[in-house]
Amino acid sequence: MDTEKSTWRTKVGLAEMLKGGVIMDVTNAEQALIAAEAGAVAVMALERVPADIRAQGGVARMADPRKIREIINALRESRFEIPVMAKARIGHFVEAQILEALGVDFVDESEVLTPADEEHHISKHAFRVPFVCGCRDLGEALRRIGEGAAMIRTKGEAGTGNVVEAVRHMRAVTGGIRRLQSMREDELMAEAKRLQAPYHLVVEVARTGKLPVPNFSAGGIATPADAALMMQLGAEAVFVGSGIFKSADPRPRARAIVDAVAYYEDPKKLAEISEGLGEPMSGIDIRQLEEKQLLAPRGW
Amino acid sequence: MVTQPRIGVLALQGDVPEHLHALGEAGAQAVAVKTLAGLAAVDGLVIPGGESTTIGMLLERYGLMAPLRERIAAGMPLYGTCAGLILMAREVEGSEQPRLGCMDITVRRNAYGRQVDSFEVDVPAPELGGTNPLRAVFIRAPQITAIGPEVRILAEMPNGPILVRQGSLLGGTFHPEMTEDRRVHAYFRRMVQEQ
Repeated sequence: MDTEKSTWRTKVGLAEMLKGGVIMDVTNAEQALIAAEAGAVAVMALERVPADIRAQGGVARMADPRKIREIINALRESRFEIPVMAKARIGHFVEAQILEALGVDFVDESEVLTPADEEHHISKHAFRVPFVCGCRDLGEALRRIGEGAAMIRTKGEAGTGNVVEAVRHMRAVTGGIRRLQSMREDELMAEAKRLQAPYHLVVEVARTGKLPVPNFSAGGIATPADAALMMQLGAEAVFVGSGIFKSADPRPRARAIVDAVAYYEDPKKLAEISEGLGEPMSGIDIRQLEEKQLLAPRGW
Repeated sequence: MVTQPRIGVLALQGDVPEHLHALGEAGAQAVAVKTLAGLAAVDGLVIPGGESTTIGMLLERYGLMAPLRERIAAGMPLYGTCAGLILMAREVEGSEQPRLGCMDITVRRNAYGRQVDSFEVDVPAPELGGTNPLRAVFIRAPQITAIGPEVRILAEMPNGPILVRQGSLLGGTFHPEMTEDRRVHAYFRRMVQEQ
């Protein structure tokens, strides 16, 4: 029997298995167990959550491998076998190599960290580990898929607790897809040029009406209602970063967001789920931020 | 003409759309199920791939575990893939995670290693009809490490069974919904029709 490891199908396949779930940012073993006990489908192992990266400034890099190992081991020892993701800087393919060697299940080439390359992203097909990348619109999503991303997440504005950018980016992607579907075949090359996206992927999306890989939502989700909003807008799963462990009471909030993603189209259940969760993280009005403080424009 | 059986896909978490699509192509009327009323309206159920701990917790929190056990005891056909199989297993090595525990098998979670060890392979599957091998896709897959006397092996690899049946229960460690081959879903559709 000839077995083939780390095929495109197994990479996209893991992303498909996470659909309908919540991926939570965690910074230590204790938080990883709280996330798993709440029903997270995966955790993102980090040194600092985006809200702290934003507050502290400086260069944000890949987490210390010891931190990532600590989280992988804590989950394994407590028999929660959920996948562990970790972030590499945009274009920093050596951080990605290190994360692959650590046995991370998904690498997030993330705008939340300080970019290492302001022109190129990582060539992701060359890796055995699958990658997720952020996007703000359809063109950016298709460029990342062209480079080998097996999962896309709309960026939102991480560490703000404000869902407005997540909504903007998801509408841009789904609206862009609907626009492609309405086009004649002879209009697709000009549209590929306008989107700055690979032509063959533009043709594929026009035909299928969806991205070739799962499309999740990230950046600013702080409440069960936020999570359900993103699911109703077309997200297939959600990432919650600072929203859980920067809130007053992380355990019930984590669980409520898991439940809200499962029952996102049931307002009665959402009302019960949203009740009495304590204070959410205090958010930031995006319009009070200066251009240079925004994370989402990072990515090319 | 035989009427199309109505087969549900448990839609709390996981690769639900892929199973709905595969069941449709295999000649079933496929519907997503996430409530008691939805469960009552189907002739058979698929538990998809996903995270078994998440799906198990949601089954308990939303009062679906006990009613689902009752339907299974009353003979409703059930097919679990990967996470679904783990939820069906009587024993999960080293784990007390919430599950149905309806099938007489023991499974080991993540038996092949981490995601970089996920793989695909051609497996002979004469029980499913046709002479072509089955392309089996394994994603952070479990392994079936022991089976009870009532359990029949429908496909296997050198290290153990990968598709097993016990009466009206069907379980697999791989993901046929990730390929174009509809033989496993068609087999389950026939199980539902024969019930």
